[in-house]
Amino acid sequence: MSKAVSALGGVTWTDGIATVHEAPLQGMITVRGDLTSKGVIKAATGATGMQMPAQGTANCNGTKGLCWMSPDELLVLCAYGDVAQVLDGMRAALGDQHGLAVDVSDARALFRVAGKGALEVMAKLAPVDFRPSAFGHGMFRRSRLAQVPAAFWMQEDDAFHVVCFRSQAQYVFDLLKAAGQKGSEVSIF
Amino acid sequence: MSTRLATGGRLLNTDIPVSFTFNGKTLKGYAGDTLASALLANDQMLVGRSFKYHRPRGIVASGVEEPNALVNLGTEGTFEPNQRATTTELFDGLRATSQNHWPSLEFDVGAINAKLSRFMPAGFYYKMFIHPRPLWKHVYEPFIRQAAGLGQAPKARDADRYEHFYAFCDVLVVGGGIAGLTAAKAAAASGAEVILLEQTAHWGGRAPVDGGHVDGAPVDKVVDELVSELSDMSNVTLRLRTMGAGVYDHGYVLGYERLRDHAPAQDGPRHRLWRIRARHTITATGALERPLSFAGNDIPGVMLASAVRDYVVDYGVSVGDRTVVVTNNDDAYRSALALKQAGLDVPVILDARVPAFDSPLIEQAKAAGIRILMGHGVAKVLGGKRVTGVAVCAQAGEGAVLEEIACDAVAMSGGWSPVVHLWSHCGGKLHWDNDFAMFRPDVDKAPTGADGSPFVSPAGSANGHFGLAEIIGDAHAKGRSAAQAAGFASSKRNAPDGESVTEAPMAPVWLMPQGAGIALRSKAWLDYQNDVKVSDVQLAAQEGFESVEHAKRYTTLGMATDQGKLSNINGLAILSDALDQPIPQTGTTTFRPPYTPISMGAIAGEASRELFQPIRRTPLHDWHTANGADFEPVGQWQRPYAYVRSGESVHDAVMRETKNVRDNLGLLDASTLGKIVVKGPDAGRFLDMLYTNMMSTLKPGKCRYGLMCGENGFLIDDGVVARIDEDTFLCHTTTGGAENIHGHMEEWLQTEWWDWKVYVANVTEQYAQIAVVGPNARAALEALGGMDVSKEALGFMEWADGTLGGFDARVYRISFSGELSYEIAVKASEGQAFWDALLVVGETLGVMPYGTEALHILRAEKGFIMIGDETDGTVIPQDLGLHWALSKKKEDYLGKRAHLRSHMADPTRWQLVGLETTDGSTLPDGAYAVAEGHNDNGQRNVQGRVTSTYHSPNLNKGIAMGLVLNGPDRMGEMLEFPGTDGKIYAARIVNPVFYDPEGDKQNV
Repeated sequence: MSKAVSALGGVTWTDGIATVHEAPLQGMITVRGDLTSKGVIKAATGATGMQMPAQGTANCNGTKGLCWMSPDELLVLCAYGDVAQVLDGMRAALGDQHGLAVDVSDARALFRVAGKGALEVMAKLAPVDFRPSAFGHGMFRRSRLAQVPAAFWMQEDDAFHVVCFRSQAQYVFDLLKAAGQKGSEVSIF
Repeated sequence: MSTRLATGGRLLNTDIPVSFTFNGKTLKGYAGDTLASALLANDQMLVGRSFKYHRPRGIVASGVEEPNALVNLGTEGTFEPNQRATTTELFDGLRATSQNHWPSLEFDVGAINAKLSRFMPAGFYYKMFIHPRPLWKHVYEPFIRQAAGLGQAPKARDADRYEHFYAFCDVLVVGGGIAGLTAAKAAAASGAEVILLEQTAHWGGRAPVDGGHVDGAPVDKVVDELVSELSDMSNVTLRLRTMGAGVYDHGYVLGYERLRDHAPAQDGPRHRLWRIRARHTITATGALERPLSFAGNDIPGVMLASAVRDYVVDYGVSVGDRTVVVTNNDDAYRSALALKQAGLDVPVILDARVPAFDSPLIEQAKAAGIRILMGHGVAKVLGGKRVTGVAVCAQAGEGAVLEEIACDAVAMSGGWSPVVHLWSHCGGKLHWDNDFAMFRPDVDKAPTGADGSPFVSPAGSANGHFGLAEIIGDAHAKGRSAAQAAGFASSKRNAPDGESVTEAPMAPVWLMPQGAGIALRSKAWLDYQNDVKVSDVQLAAQEGFESVEHAKRYTTLGMATDQGKLSNINGLAILSDALDQPIPQTGTTTFRPPYTPISMGAIAGEASRELFQPIRRTPLHDWHTANGADFEPVGQWQRPYAYVRSGESVHDAVMRETKNVRDNLGLLDASTLGKIVVKGPDAGRFLDMLYTNMMSTLKPGKCRYGLMCGENGFLIDDGVVARIDEDTFLCHTTTGGAENIHGHMEEWLQTEWWDWKVYVANVTEQYAQIAVVGPNARAALEALGGMDVSKEALGFMEWADGTLGGFDARVYRISFSGELSYEIAVKASEGQAFWDALLVVGETLGVMPYGTEALHILRAEKGFIMIGDETDGTVIPQDLGLHWALSKKKEDYLGKRAHLRSHMADPTRWQLVGLETTDGSTLPDGAYAVAEGHNDNGQRNVQGRVTSTYHSPNLNKGIAMGLVLNGPDRMGEMLEFPGTDGKIYAARIVNPVFYDPEGDKQNV
């Protein structure tokens, strides 16, 4: 529906060592359950067509994906318009199995940080080892950006997807701009 | 006078002249100068006044250890006090002013203190200002505060930005001298990822100035080669202008990078704080020269011998035409030779030693025709604002003057101390080296990591090695072993061959001459910045301050911004001597990070201005802003306090909004309320434990208000719980409580009831939640259409899913105002559109948005409590008359047992009542009701306090709630509340429900 808007209306910034733009609304479902149980695996993989992710990783393709959040939590990505349908399918797949699946699409904002300086911008804000030997495609971190929680992954070279809470979208956008300000290259990666 | 030489200056680019000002005077320097070298080149030796006695002080050192040359830099937004001239790279347009003098640097009234110095000994402030007590606050403290501090505090907001950077490596090397470079290369050869930090703008440290050969090549060429090799290695990161500031547990190291201090016109942040995790850290931090303690050693023109050498070699600056060298070791001979080589005069070397043989350096000095007086020292330095000569004496005597020698500079060397700071930060131990009279790292007692193995190694002169051969051998070995410790097979390459020069042994000289009397000792400075003299430390020892930590604080030795880099060893040697015990027994004070002061900006990083604190915004935030919202912070959220229309005060707006809710229709953005989904077969049982009342009996489709207590029985949160289905509940929390309560739930589920089948999820931000409140609320929703919201279909304390005006909505019929009220949750992304739709249908129904203050007044009119107003962490439900919400059927819930404690069951606990002033005025918030008599502190006894107080526009009078001793039994009694305005407010105890006590209005 056209009345649904993302937190910052798809804002873009290109005036620094990396580009930042807010992605359109993205379907996100929080799943809590025993990640080794058949029901949860069936629900998660069936909803996305993706493999279950190992600890600290994400399997993503386009708007679909499975991200490892904790030993008993997954973040399921799907198209924003498909959430209701995907949730129904997951609940059916879960059946009687103890688990929880809730829509959190509107509780979040999603940014894409791209360009040569993207790694450096992230390394200024998150206490995460971004050396190529430690972080690459398929890795997923649920960490923080400066003072707020955030999760991120690299779906392609030099580009991060960054998820934060919707209420903190402006703060995170401002953070990414500050960390990407002109003349702030670290030239380490 | 000090001046620029025609030749020399290996760091200068004389093709680029640079203009700067000092105390408003325009001076010239060159690119490559430091502020200190440029000041000296302009014969500006006097740079400041000392802290206590306002004595004239000149530049003493050439690096981070400089205690005197602290200046104010910049103006307005770039103003910064206490900047060391010796580590400030010169740039065009630099503006510096000197500190701690009045009215001027040349003539300072405060210097009168120096004349009174014998009345201001160690501990002066403690002794002088202790009696009489009342004078402390009004006389002494203001006086001391006036005298305190060197530079001025900045007044304007910092114009620059700062940032942090998280880095990870296998081996971190701190210090880019010959040792650091060698260690980095040895470590990197194994394949380890290496970061090398150097605090100055140049690689090589002292090596290029001190000279020598490695593998037959001059050491400065070796440095260039090492740097170029390391630059080419992909596993090595080199950073200049980045100081290793502190070493912390778990291999955590802070680096302080100064990006633009030397080039303020550049883009980007000014400083960057590196937050590094290293598997192993090598401290190749070098060594610092010590001054000698002789009378007048603080007169401008007296300088460390190594600094004199640095200024000549690095900057082509002579600090004087005639320089007397005074030393207890061979190294100062290098300075004498460097001066000679530059064509300057060295009238004499006063060597306190009587060496058994002439070392090569002594021979060279003799060959250069320099007069050398062995076994001699300085009795006192002549001159006031500038050295004019020295009086020579025998070191062994009491200072009888043998001759006076005219000079305009004195180069002193008391030996060298390894920079052990970073080694010591995390617990590395030291041992005393008798040969060099210094503390050096005890490598067998290194700081250890989580696995018990050492994670810091010292290398080079920081490890107490001074010959090139030893330095390079040590650094190479440390580089290899560090790589090994980080899990790499160390390279088999041999260390390069450094050539060491044989030196005559140094002799410890802590006082010059050895038998100096009180007159000389009280002019022999230890700590230049804090004006501590030899006599002060001796007095402290005499008065019983035997611990080095106590003596430090009593005398202020080493407590200034330089943290005693020059003074500590000399001071504790004097202390040891006074206590008649060996130096190791006295020990050192604690080395704490940072190594030198780092900027507050760097510590704050990005967290300034709009990024100072994260602000949480609801989906309607922009609308609120555009419609006059006066925001208030609630947790990190910004909530509209009121929507102020033009011509209105905030108070007017609150009154208007409050009244309109009761008369027509109000809209409240309640999106910030916490919403937590609790699901699972054990969800009901779980909530029964968390809430004081029964939740498991709630039927799907219904809502129930609940209270939460902590383990100790105090109220922590409240809110409405809705049962969604058999297995699922949705718990509303307070705005500020959502994250805490979510964490509280997870904690109990993960630690105590880990086998209960319950999952929780915080979905607070998934929804925009809007309260539609007032007599016209139902009409508004009916105008939107799509759901039956009649009394019959959706009764009080029920909820239903449906669509309203085309929006998927969950409608809760709950009320925090006592009016007909619906709280409607829609997707956050659609929140603005839904709000707009409500405004459209509300137009003919008298709709007005209302803010949090109106919300507060409306609930207070109804006597509803507010977590954070009526509760403050010490209040239990019984205090608030909420006994009805404490289940008697449940065997247990959090807080139940605590409520049985004697103090909790005490009938004299203050209890909730309403308070009504007799004249309709509003009680002051937080005011106490006084009782008869006074307590032991002479204060009035009290019997209650105000917890909430407002002017109610609906009742047209002040209303309040408060906690009062035996309150509910004292209806109608009068209480007196003295206000901070001097007035006494009288109020009557009444029922806290002021409005619609029967609850008819919400139940229509």
